[in-house]
Amino acid sequence: MTRQGSVWLGLFLASLGLALLAPRLPAWALDPPDAILLDMSGWVSAGMDWLVNRATFGLFTVKEATRGIAAMIELPYDATRIALVDGITEGRGRRATTIVPPISWIAVITAMVALGIYARNIWLGLLMGVLFAYLAVFGQWESAMVTLASIIIAVPMGVVGGLALGTAAYLSPRFNRAMSPMLDLMQTVPTFAYLVPILFLFGFGPVAALIATVIYAMPPMVRITTMALNAVPAELKEFSLMVGCTGAQRLRKVLLPTALPDLMVGVNQVIMLSLNMVIIASMIGAGGLGFDVLNALRRLDIGKGVEAGVAITVMAVALDRLSQALAKRAGVPDLRNGSWVQRHPKTTLVVAVIVITGLVGLVMPWVQTYPKEAMISTRGFWADLVKNINVNYYDQLESFKNLLLLNVLLPTKRFLLALPWPWVMALVTLAGWQLGRGRLALLCLALTAFLATTGLWEQAMTTVYLCGISVVIAAIIGIPLGILAASNATAGKVIGGFIDTLQTLPSFVYLIPVVMLFRVGDFSAMIAVVLYALAPAVRYAAHGLRSIPSELIEAGTVCGCTRWQVLRRIRLPMALPDIMLGINQTIMLALSMLVITALVGTRDLGQQVYAALATADTGAGVVAGVSVAAIAIIADRLIAAGANRARARLGMTS
Amino acid sequence: MQDRPAKLSPVKLSCRHVWKLYGPNPDRLLANGAAPSLDDIRRSNHVGAVRDVSLEVHEGEIFVIMGLSGSGKSTLVRCLSRLIEPSAGQILFNGQDLLKTSDKDMIEIRRHRMGMVFQHFALLPHLTVLQNVAFPLEIQGIDQKTREVRAREVIGLVGLTGREDYFPRQLSGGQQQRVGIARSLAVEPELWFLDEPFSALDPLIRREMQDEFLRIQQKLKKTIIFITHDFDEAIRLAGRIAIMKDGALVQVATPEELVMAPADDYVAAFTAHVPRAKVVTLGRIMTPGAAAHIAGSLPATTRVEDAADQIEASALPFGVTDDDGQVIGHVTGRAIIDVLIGRADAAANGGQSWGTP
Repeated sequence: MTRQGSVWLGLFLASLGLALLAPRLPAWALDPPDAILLDMSGWVSAGMDWLVNRATFGLFTVKEATRGIAAMIELPYDATRIALVDGITEGRGRRATTIVPPISWIAVITAMVALGIYARNIWLGLLMGVLFAYLAVFGQWESAMVTLASIIIAVPMGVVGGLALGTAAYLSPRFNRAMSPMLDLMQTVPTFAYLVPILFLFGFGPVAALIATVIYAMPPMVRITTMALNAVPAELKEFSLMVGCTGAQRLRKVLLPTALPDLMVGVNQVIMLSLNMVIIASMIGAGGLGFDVLNALRRLDIGKGVEAGVAITVMAVALDRLSQALAKRAGVPDLRNGSWVQRHPKTTLVVAVIVITGLVGLVMPWVQTYPKEAMISTRGFWADLVKNINVNYYDQLESFKNLLLLNVLLPTKRFLLALPWPWVMALVTLAGWQLGRGRLALLCLALTAFLATTGLWEQAMTTVYLCGISVVIAAIIGIPLGILAASNATAGKVIGGFIDTLQTLPSFVYLIPVVMLFRVGDFSAMIAVVLYALAPAVRYAAHGLRSIPSELIEAGTVCGCTRWQVLRRIRLPMALPDIMLGINQTIMLALSMLVITALVGTRDLGQQVYAALATADTGAGVVAGVSVAAIAIIADRLIAAGANRARARLGMTS
Repeated sequence: MQDRPAKLSPVKLSCRHVWKLYGPNPDRLLANGAAPSLDDIRRSNHVGAVRDVSLEVHEGEIFVIMGLSGSGKSTLVRCLSRLIEPSAGQILFNGQDLLKTSDKDMIEIRRHRMGMVFQHFALLPHLTVLQNVAFPLEIQGIDQKTREVRAREVIGLVGLTGREDYFPRQLSGGQQQRVGIARSLAVEPELWFLDEPFSALDPLIRREMQDEFLRIQQKLKKTIIFITHDFDEAIRLAGRIAIMKDGALVQVATPEELVMAPADDYVAAFTAHVPRAKVVTLGRIMTPGAAAHIAGSLPATTRVEDAADQIEASALPFGVTDDDGQVIGHVTGRAIIDVLIGRADAAANGGQSWGTP
């Protein structure tokens, strides 16, 4: 064992000893004493209060500004809702009469098929048709259209905003430097924490939900835009100067078109993140499928929850496939001639179908709205299925749960909670010193000190415990899966497909089966987190193994290594930096999911955020959210530094 | 087929004491016209990409800048076109100092007077051949009809007629570079930069493209700055060659002078294996004065390789004429054979040097 290794083993044993001694330690060592606590949540609340009630930009107040923004978003949102869900009506409530109906279900499905054919081929068109027909037949149409309306508004805003900020960051390195840490923070602060201040600023309702969605979905677009513009070949940039492009010409005619395929990958990300957030934002008033799931979870209506969950999955798959196909299609130029109608046969057809079904629907209502009598409800089926599982396999499930809970989860939790906080701070800082010297040690010290002074130390350690165990389990499952995927083509395809599907699902959906089988509590939360966070562990491990130069493997084989030796002595060490980055991503996903599992009754920082959301306590929500971000940043920086060291040792430069 | 440097033609582009240093503080190193040595530069943690380069390019000349990778040739050509801002020096284009030209005027100069061909073609992937070639004209705001007429013209010049509606990815490397050449010629530039235009191509295609390039140049007579790391390519195409090393010019001379009188060991190492017949001209190996009987006469600029068969087969010597057709000497079959079998001294000392500045 190396010297470093033995030092850390010693420190671990010392920690264990300290934890055992915990009952005899003074109280101030276990929980930070009140004297050092700072009333951060009070400050944030007061600040927000000032912002909303008194702050002014001179001509208008902040409140007026937020109202203005809200009104600007409300207009297109209402228009989309009218088109897809409500139609134009007169009167209120039951007595409302429809003047112009919304776009009929037949027309929406036709449009989706046409989009699929446009984006790739008839098969994608058919898939789109089947998926959307599912929503109609299984009674999820209206909720799905509400969700779709939110996405139709949120995605262009996220894309345009991301493009603008990303381009600005590309053009001005100074702006880039200023924005980069903000993007980091936005991506590590858990989703729920966004919701609290937005709830405070914009109130409860679909507009606030849309704003949260855009803020959440935009950072990757900003990053991808900057990256894609930087990746335009240097010669093309020089060429644009040599032909005498002005700044605007350069951007519009050379840089953006060349970067388009990469930018479309960003659009796909924005769509998927928007879907994820629109579902979560049902907590602050986004209706639709997310609201159905939330409602079902609250009432433990298993059948309805699964139904809505499946509908979200269907929608996620449809949007993902469609936007990926559009991304691949990007940059294929248009060479059609003829009149507008000749050049756009599909658009023409869709418009015709909208008008015709709208008119026919006035006489034959089933053309307008999918008839109730023909709907199939799977609610009973799901409820029965779950009942059956719980009746027949109760013992097995329960003993599995208890086995892990009693032998792994609870001891770990007790161990972490028994550690004195100054000791934890010292350990984290020491790790920072070892991996990244002064700056990293300082960062670790500052962030752990922040955690100690928030008054949320216990919740923070609970978060670390749940996240840590989930990540370890995800790694134990994920890394071997990744190795398998990399060493066998068929397995690679199957695992890849499975992981891709897992990744398209909004985080909310994971809660449903878990709650059905294991009810609420830490264990359910852990399973949901593992499922959600599994993907990067698999992906990065497979990528790391695949990207090893084949010469190295051949060199090993020529030396007479067995397959196992090749794996252990060559492939795994070479793939280590990638595997570490995968674990890093797993931790990030685990933390973001952990906050959402507050819905199934955890007692960590996530629960704090969730509780703050329920009571609209901005300060508490923001502080708990930033605490999660602090844990994420510590983990991220430590692992990134470790991976860099491993890379440097292997002579790979990034 | 080789054009001599048009000795009398005016200077199109010249640069004086151009420097490009990378590092913490290049200005301090170069303050007050200082000329730091390579050691000075290294010791202060700078990199000398271009060091004190002065040269003149004449109208209608093919001026080749040759150097190995890292020698600074790419940086130099980017300084000349002001894609990179030099740390110090002067760059005069038609007598106008480019480094003092405003951005707005620079755009105008680039739009109308300069063209550049890139090593990796730099074609816009989302545009067709026709649209790519018309692109520089589009940037200038020329209407679609006019620019497409002009684009078709240059596409014809590079032999790509019929492929106007192809996209770059549907073309071979050689064809893509033809598009790059056509595009750079669409604006009828006065000064034509070619940055290793054929380096990314297979050897056979490269040769074909060099011939094509010479054919086009015969027709258009542009002022050309051509970058290459391939010495064979340099001597095939160049009127004059500038050899670069560590950011500085080592020697600027005709291919013949480089081979026959290398300035130092570095240049000599490049030229050692060049077959003399490819560079030596009749002017260099001729015996001065007219012979009594001659089989015919040839210009002094003719390369030995091109006339060897003719002269060797004849029993009589050939007369050698200057630019005005005046006979200034004669060449025997024997002198040709000396060159061909590499009796270098005989070749070098056999006749007087012709046209050395």
